[in-house]
Parts: sequence; structure tokens; C-alpha cells
Amino acid sequence: MGKKQIETLVGLFVLLGALAVVFLSLKAANLASFTLDATYPLRARFDNVGGLKIRAPVKSAGVTVGRIESISFDDKTFQGVVSLQIDRRFRFPTDTSAKVLTSGLLGDQYIGLEPGGDEKNLKDGDTIKMTQSAIVIENLIGQLLYNKAAESGKDKEAK
Amino acid sequence: MNPVETLAALGARSIRLLGSFGRASIFFAELVRHTPPSLRRFNLAVVQIFAIGNQSLVIIATSGAAVGGVLALQAYYALNRYGAAESVGLLVALSLLRELGPVLTALLFAGRAGTSLTAEIGLMKAGEQLAAMEMMAIDPRVRVLAPRFVAGIVSMPLLGAIFSAVGIAGAYVIAVTLIGIDSAAFWSQMQDGVDVFKDIGNGMVKTVVFGIATTFIALYMGFESTATPEGVSQATTRTVVISSVAVLILDFLLTSLMFSTP
Amino acid sequence: MSSTADNLVQIDHVTFGYDSRVILTDVSLQFPRGKVVAIMGSSGCGKTTLLRLIGGVITPQSGQILFDGEPVDPSRQDKLFALRRRLGMLFQFGALFTDLSVFENVAFPLREHTVLPEAMIRDIVLMKLNAVGLRGAASLRIAEVSGGMARRIALARAIALDPELIMYDEPFAGLDPISLGVAANLIRRLNDATGATSLIVSHDVHECFLICDYAYLISSGRIVGHGTPKELQASEDPEVRQFIRGEPDGPVPFHYPAGPIAQDLGISA
Repeated sequence: MGKKQIETLVGLFVLLGALAVVFLSLKAANLASFTLDATYPLRARFDNVGGLKIRAPVKSAGVTVGRIESISFDDKTFQGVVSLQIDRRFRFPTDTSAKVLTSGLLGDQYIGLEPGGDEKNLKDGDTIKMTQSAIVIENLIGQLLYNKAAESGKDKEAK
Repeated sequence: MNPVETLAALGARSIRLLGSFGRASIFFAELVRHTPPSLRRFNLAVVQIFAIGNQSLVIIATSGAAVGGVLALQAYYALNRYGAAESVGLLVALSLLRELGPVLTALLFAGRAGTSLTAEIGLMKAGEQLAAMEMMAIDPRVRVLAPRFVAGIVSMPLLGAIFSAVGIAGAYVIAVTLIGIDSAAFWSQMQDGVDVFKDIGNGMVKTVVFGIATTFIALYMGFESTATPEGVSQATTRTVVISSVAVLILDFLLTSLMFSTP
Repeated sequence: MSSTADNLVQIDHVTFGYDSRVILTDVSLQFPRGKVVAIMGSSGCGKTTLLRLIGGVITPQSGQILFDGEPVDPSRQDKLFALRRRLGMLFQFGALFTDLSVFENVAFPLREHTVLPEAMIRDIVLMKLNAVGLRGAASLRIAEVSGGMARRIALARAIALDPELIMYDEPFAGLDPISLGVAANLIRRLNDATGATSLIVSHDVHECFLICDYAYLISSGRIVGHGTPKELQASEDPEVRQFIRGEPDGPVPFHYPAGPIAQDLGISA
């Protein structure tokens, strides 16, 4: 087989491999959607960040508008500080609230933004003031047991 | 044999094993050391990429399609019980990209390309071709061994990507065309759950590591084989066995490093 | 004995062995320029080891090897490189590169060591192949050539860079009478035509004596005899006589060491 032929076929092989990687990145993964758009940073503080992970989505009205960049701990206020990167195209009012929501019943957690009514918008680096922490199952169960105990206590008294 | 003799035999065996590890490590170091000079003659590596990369395309592509299809089938049976049939695409994609793509490609590669490398190097050594090259003041490690090493490291990631891509395509055919899962759901579920860096990126890193391991083992076994037909045949068997075990152990190590939840 | 200046290669009191066995013990040989010298002996006596010592593949435990007056030092890569460019070696079965064609095999040293233009390489390769009578076989693949042809192609490759020293490892082994004649003829003619020095390792006494100027006989890692073919044939030394005449029994015994046969057969003596 001639040298030129071999070189052409090897070039074809490398091209095929590269195409496979591109196909995988675009079709199978989420490369096309977010990493290329320009974003601006926002911060949000939570009493409990729950199971939020880095690169989890930030959604508003169910549409992904950003990603979580990092999660850290503030040892002055003992709160979790979440840094968000929001798509530049979407601006939110300063009284927007952020909640930790779960997708489905037992799925991954994400941040949901509910816009307020203010005319002014959050600027780059601003902190979202109103947040609702994640619902922790253990606390719920504890509450349920406490309520059940209180009820049966009242019933006993009533008898 | 009395206990003392058994102990002595065991000790001798261990020392010999250490000796082979040492020889293998030195061989690996020499291989790496001679790779930069051989890169200057990249056309040698190109010929080798053709021999072990292009020639492996058929087996990789067919296996990829088959594995993707089978995965889709089995995933559907399992997921359908929980009403989660639409996640078939996601399950297949994650399985392929993270584990099955790199590992199966590496095992097939060891079987097809690895054995051919071992046999070739073994026969070249037996026919004194490497000694002849040395006498002609040409370093066989630069001219013969390093180009094949480079070719293996380049070919494996490409083959791995092709395996996964064809696998997902195969899964699509089974899940959407045959079973009837909604095409849009198939892709959107997958895209939601597959991360470029974590899943595809790590999978690619795995293929590079496996490429280095399998090619090195194949070359070493060929180089150390005895110059007889039985010797070469034993060497090719050892290539497949040791490569396979190495790939599986490395996969375990890499997976625990890459996919542990932070 | 020729003086050091006359010798292209000189081996002085060399001892070489591996951990378990000694292969050569205090051997000294000289290879005068322009002459054909044969190293003979039975298999395993250390003949090929001598070639590897000269080529710098292995280092002697004691003694030294001089090439053109300079010691052969395998630890000096650059000097070893220069030395090997001046020698050509013909391996026992040719050691041709099976993935290249006949032409490419002979062109190999030219491509690797020179920057000659393609046209010139082509001319040189065809001339070398012509010298060994195989110019017409240039386009064949190695799998297609016979054993005798393979050796001749390997010879063409060995002389591609016009070396000063040509070493032959068992050039006559396994050849039919015609090929034998061709090989012996080629070795002598090449040597005289190019002014090179030739070193033949062989156990074929008849062919060697036809073409060599001087010969060494090695047995069990020692030199047991040396001289011109005439001198060796007239030698009275029992080891030399046994080898030259091919006698089945003598200093090298016929029987592998064993007890008396009566014992093995269970017969009382």
C-alpha cells in the first residue's frame, strides 16, 4: 500500500474519532447549551443547602437559566453561600427569592428562582436576599412524630 | 518437599517476580524516554496507527453497535417496571461513556492490536531484525518500539470515542425505532444527565491510560518472548491475559478516583 | 604476527562470560587490513560472541578490543555509533526486515544514515544488488525470496555504506552447493574489490579454507590453533586435526558421559 494511501486512511481514522467525540459532546451531553454563553455571577445564602451540587441547574419557571458555580460556608453567619452563574440574557429583580427544590420526588436538587416585583434588577455580584432552605427529610419526620405525640397527648387529656 | 525447601522455593519465585517487575519498569522507562526522538519521525507512527488503529475499526464499530443495542434492550426491560422507560438513553449513555466504552474497547484492542504487536515484535527479535538494526547503528527502540507505542496511545481514545458513539446510535435504533420510545425524550433525558467533562472527559482519560497500559504490555511481552513458535504463542496469550487484568484493575482505580461523590 | 597498525581489529586477552558460565577465556586475535580471516569452531564455542564484542553489543570482563587503533567502548554512545557505521554485518539467516521490500531493505542504511537524494539512493541500491546478482529481484517482497537469495540481499544491505569491516555470521550454513559456491565467491571478490577486511565465523572448513587468508580455531572458549589454511591442515595438534578432518571421535568425545553399558543393560561384566 502506498505511503500516500496510508496517510490518507489514517487521517480519515483520526477524523472519524474526532467526529465521534463531537457527536458525543453535542448530542449526548450538554455542551451546546451552557458553557459557551456569557454569564454573570450572583450569590445566595441558605441555612441549609441540602443536596445541592456544583453545576446543578438554576431554574426559573422550570427553564434552566444558570448553573451553580461553587458552594462554600460562612463561619460568621454559619450559613451556606452558593455562587451562581446566570445567563446574561436574563435579569432578575432585586426582590427575587431562591429556593432549593427537588426534581421529582427523590431526584437531584436544584435552585428555583421566583421573581419579585421590584423595578430594579440584580447587578453582577449581588446577593439574593430571600432564600428558602432545602427541606430535610429527617426534620419532617421529627415534626411528624412530634405532632403525633402532641395529638395523642391531647386525646389522653380529653379522656 | 519439606517446609524449608518450600519456603526457599517461594522466596526464589518472589525474587524472580520482583526481577520481572524491575525489567518491565525499565522497559517502560526506556519506551517513554525514546518517544520524543521518534516523534520527530512521525510518519513511522502514522504507518503504525494504520496497522493497529484503522485495522481495529471494524471490530470496534460492530462491537459498539451490538453492546449499545443489548444495553438498550436490557435497560428497557428493567426501567419499564418503574415506568422510567424514557431514561433508557441516559442509562445507556452513562454506562458506555463512563465504563463500558473505555473498558470494552481496551479489551478488544488488547485482543486484536495487542496480540499482533506482540507477535510482530517477537518474530522481529527472533529473526535478529532488531539486532541487525542495532549493528547498523540504528536504535530499534526509536525506530520500531516507540512508534508503535505512540500509535497505541493515539488510537485508543479515537477507538473508544467511536465505540461509545456507535453504541449510543445502536441504542437509539433499538429503543426508538424498534421499541418505540419517544425520540425527543431519549435525547433530552440523556443530555440532561450526561456531563461533558465528568462523563465524556473522564472516559477519554481512561482510554488514554488503557492505551498506554495495553500497548506497553504488548510490546514488552513480544520483546521478552523466546525465539520459538511456542515462545511467541505463549507471549501473545500472556499479552491478552495481563492486559485484560491490568485494564480491569486500572478501571477500578480510575473509577474510584473520578466518580467518587465529593 | 602483523603489527597493531596493520590490524583493523585486534582482540587482546579478552575474557567474557555471564554469571553462570564463562564463554571466552583470555583470547587474542588479529584481523589485518584487507584480509579475509575465518573464526572456526563447533557450535556454542563462542564464535558469535566475538562478533558481538567487536560490534560493541557486549563488554568483556577483562582485556580490550581495538578497532582501527581505538578501544571499543560500549558506554560511549557517539563513538559506538561512528564505529558501527564503518562495519557491515551479515546475520545468519539474513535478518532482513520482513515488512519492507528487497529494495527498501538495501536502501535502509542509506536512508537512515545519509541525506542523499532519492535518485542517488536508487542507483546505489541497484548497484549493490547487481554486485550480488539480484538486481532483478529489487521489487520482490521478503516473503517471496529463497534462503540463499535472502543471504545475498542481506549482504547487499551490509555493504550499502561501503564498510571497512564486513562480519559474516555462519554465511555457509544450510546452503545448497551452488549457493555455497556463489557465497564463497562473493565474499572473496567483495573483499578484494573494495579493500575491506572480512571476518567469517563458520564451521564449514572446506569453504573457509578456499577463500580465507588466515584462520583461528576455537574450542570451549579458547584458541586451540591458528594459522594459514595450509599450516592448519598440516597441524599435528589432536584438537585441530579432529576438527579439520571431521573425525567423529578424538579430544571432543563421541559418547556423552555415561556409566558402562553393561550396567545399563543389567548384564554382569
